[in-house]
Amino acid sequence: MVPRLSASRSFMTAFLVLTVSACTSIGSKTVSSNGIYDPYEKQNRQIHEFNRSIDKALVRPAALGYTSIVPDEIEDSVSNFSRNLSSPSIIVNSLLQGDLNGAGVGTFRFTMNSTIGFLGLFDPASIFFDIQEHDADFGETLYVWGVGEGAYLELPFLGPSNQRDTVGMLVDFFTNPLSYIGLDSPEKYFGAGSRVARGLSSRGRYSDAVDSILYESADSYSQARLMGTQNRRFELGDENANVEADPFALDTEGF
Amino acid sequence: MDRRYFLIGLTTAFTFCAAPILAITKAGAKKLVDSLVKDINKVIASGKSQEAMYSDFEKIFERYSDKSYISAYAMGVDGRRATSAQKRAFSKAFQSYIARKYGARFQEFIGGKLEVGSVKKVKSWYEVSTTAYLRNEAPFDVTFQVSDRAGKNLFFNMYIEGVNLLLTERTEVGALVDRNGGSIDGMISDLKKAS
Repeated sequence: MVPRLSASRSFMTAFLVLTVSACTSIGSKTVSSNGIYDPYEKQNRQIHEFNRSIDKALVRPAALGYTSIVPDEIEDSVSNFSRNLSSPSIIVNSLLQGDLNGAGVGTFRFTMNSTIGFLGLFDPASIFFDIQEHDADFGETLYVWGVGEGAYLELPFLGPSNQRDTVGMLVDFFTNPLSYIGLDSPEKYFGAGSRVARGLSSRGRYSDAVDSILYESADSYSQARLMGTQNRRFELGDENANVEADPFALDTEGF
Repeated sequence: MDRRYFLIGLTTAFTFCAAPILAITKAGAKKLVDSLVKDINKVIASGKSQEAMYSDFEKIFERYSDKSYISAYAMGVDGRRATSAQKRAFSKAFQSYIARKYGARFQEFIGGKLEVGSVKKVKSWYEVSTTAYLRNEAPFDVTFQVSDRAGKNLFFNMYIEGVNLLLTERTEVGALVDRNGGSIDGMISDLKKAS
């Protein structure tokens, strides 16, 4: 089943080319909204509309079905399995960031959960040893290395991102050894399948919150852009990039 | 009296006055959020109907938040061309919209709780961190910003996992103004219908 893999690879390569060409075409004009650099707003909005229609027709109903039919325990196990598969990336990226503690936590979790956690279906590392998940990705590594976030991008199926995180995601995909394991067996779909299921699981659980952004706000594109960007900066500890208002400087006369 | 003693006296008097005021603000900021969180937890645990909860949240908002600041910030640059009547109408509509919207969000907190953590001084205000514990979810961060701008300690903004809620609402209000072709009255009437 190699053709399937190369198809997804060429899709990823197309992404990479798109992103790199996007990087080089940053001109002198600064398009900014609430401290977010978004020169590709027109294309991003088209992708946003595509994502919204896919969500409405496919993802939302599938997610609601998945979370209501599948028992919570199984849902959690599938999500655990998917998270465990990203452990090698987390360990490598922690090392690249000089975060030895993070690398140790990642190694401990991967070892425990892959063995006594039945190939990652369970999470004994946090249940019995209180070693909680530590996240790291190549986008974060680039941030630690001093790379700026670049232009805002909304990615098809994946939602809010930016040039730095898109490159990071591709690097994580191609450098994770588990992306290549079991190429000729049905097991090779387990990783991708569990990742999709994990996405459905969180779409279903936070259904009301996501619905209120996508379908009830006056401009869902701006809301997704603002929330996605701020939340990512918070994750990275890059809060200085956000705008801070001084409450004493605003004219509140008449309100 | 020697001028130097007078100055020393003045400085001492100033120090004595200033110290308690700053102390009140730090402890006061935490006290405000403690009491706010207690009231929110009470509503979450009450098991009341959705409508009753909305009105409870509106009362909490009324009591603990810097309403005029929040309304002025949310209206953004459009506030500069608004008439006094429009400002008043906007404040009223906006507060009830906030209670409905976040009241619905807080429903997801049923069975969970908020816990107050550390307090940090930022420029002229304080940030009080709280952690939200929801059933079957990883705990997440909710931060309240507290100032005494209006003469007493009130919260003027909150962040959920780094997302600035005031900025989110200003974006929403701006989009409503655009949708109404720049009309403030049109935006206010849309706000009354929004959930």
